[in-house]
Amino acid sequence: MQVKLTVNGQARSDDVEPRLLLVHYLRERCGLRAANVGCDTTSCGACTVLLNGRSVKSCTVLTVQAAGQDVTTAEGLAEDGEMHPVQAAFRAEHGLQCGFCTPGMVMAAVGLLAENPHPTESEVRSGLEGNFCRCTGYHNIVRAVLAAADANPEIAP
Amino acid sequence: MIPAPFEYVAASSVGHALDLLAESGDEAKLLAGGHSLLPMMKLRLAAPSVLIDIGRIPELAGVRADGDELVIGAATCHADVAGSDLVRSQAPLLAHAASQVGDPQIRHRGTIGGSLAHADPAADLPMALAALGGVTVITGPGGTRTVAAGEFFTGFFETVLEPDEVLTAVRVPRAPDAAWGYQKFVRRANDWAIVGVAATGGRIALANMGPVPLRARAAEQALAEGAGPAEAAALAAEGTEPVDDIHAGRAYRQHLARVLTRRALEAQVG
Repeated sequence: MQVKLTVNGQARSDDVEPRLLLVHYLRERCGLRAANVGCDTTSCGACTVLLNGRSVKSCTVLTVQAAGQDVTTAEGLAEDGEMHPVQAAFRAEHGLQCGFCTPGMVMAAVGLLAENPHPTESEVRSGLEGNFCRCTGYHNIVRAVLAAADANPEIAP
Repeated sequence: MIPAPFEYVAASSVGHALDLLAESGDEAKLLAGGHSLLPMMKLRLAAPSVLIDIGRIPELAGVRADGDELVIGAATCHADVAGSDLVRSQAPLLAHAASQVGDPQIRHRGTIGGSLAHADPAADLPMALAALGGVTVITGPGGTRTVAAGEFFTGFFETVLEPDEVLTAVRVPRAPDAAWGYQKFVRRANDWAIVGVAATGGRIALANMGPVPLRARAAEQALAEGAGPAEAAALAAEGTEPVDDIHAGRAYRQHLARVLTRRALEAQVG
């Protein structure tokens, strides 16, 4: 069926099977491969994208459920070649090792800061509960999110 | 994992959803946030041939006050229930329960109605509804009926909902000053409860102590007769037959029910 939605600010119209998961649509039809399929069971958060500005796990959303809505992936964060403040903070604080969880972690962090621009460390940790990282032990990730919050009073996706 | 093929229709209103249900019979499933149904479809534990999407029907979303009750639309997501000023001030136990479901991404998609209709006995919302003495509002071809929490759940993942009906709302009493306690024992962060306890207004509800959310009647009775938290909590597992599985044995679950009930009663805030 035909589905119209906006991906990273760009209006799209595609013919999709109703069972096509949003993460597969983004990766295979839009060529946006930042969102990873990790656990495929709504646990790990590697597939996190923003749907109307709110973080969601795109392995558990049908593309047709996103009809008429705005999807943002990590590819859509940078503006005019400038990294989003959260991306820049992950880089500056070395908030990653292998990088597999990073796009989802960054999107979850952007969503968290949109809801709570100045979280405490504990709020960052609980705000990222839905994202697993098997490398870092989370410390630099938390530091990156706190640094992004400090650096930018108004963080918006 | 990819679900088996199905036909998808987005309903524009409750009336439209009822018409679509009537057309498709029991081949259809209602889809709201999809955070219980889609994982089951991916595992092929469910393979409905038609999905009727009620997730974007405006009349099904949001919270409003109606007399001495709050009315929460069935398609209101957990994050919106947890973040609602009305729910936080008038039914704080419900706001807390919604904030305990899964993780932030899950709370942005999963809905209160979906969680209740899914009827997982280990889930947060069924237990919260039982503790609050809330009711479900169900619309079918014959009109609308309300069903109390105690009658809504009929068995393991089973409810009174008929295939041609839609759960449209939840009503809970407004009780801004009621003390409440909420305890959940989990093995991993974000997991379902091994045992959960929600207490408020003299009611004590237990999660995962049977096929449906249960009320700890003996403990409630003791409280009503003036017993203290410890004395009442000692009766919390009376009459329960929780599952005995790899996560916890029956006796251990009954022990947890007593300990968590005492903590919930002692920690009652409000």
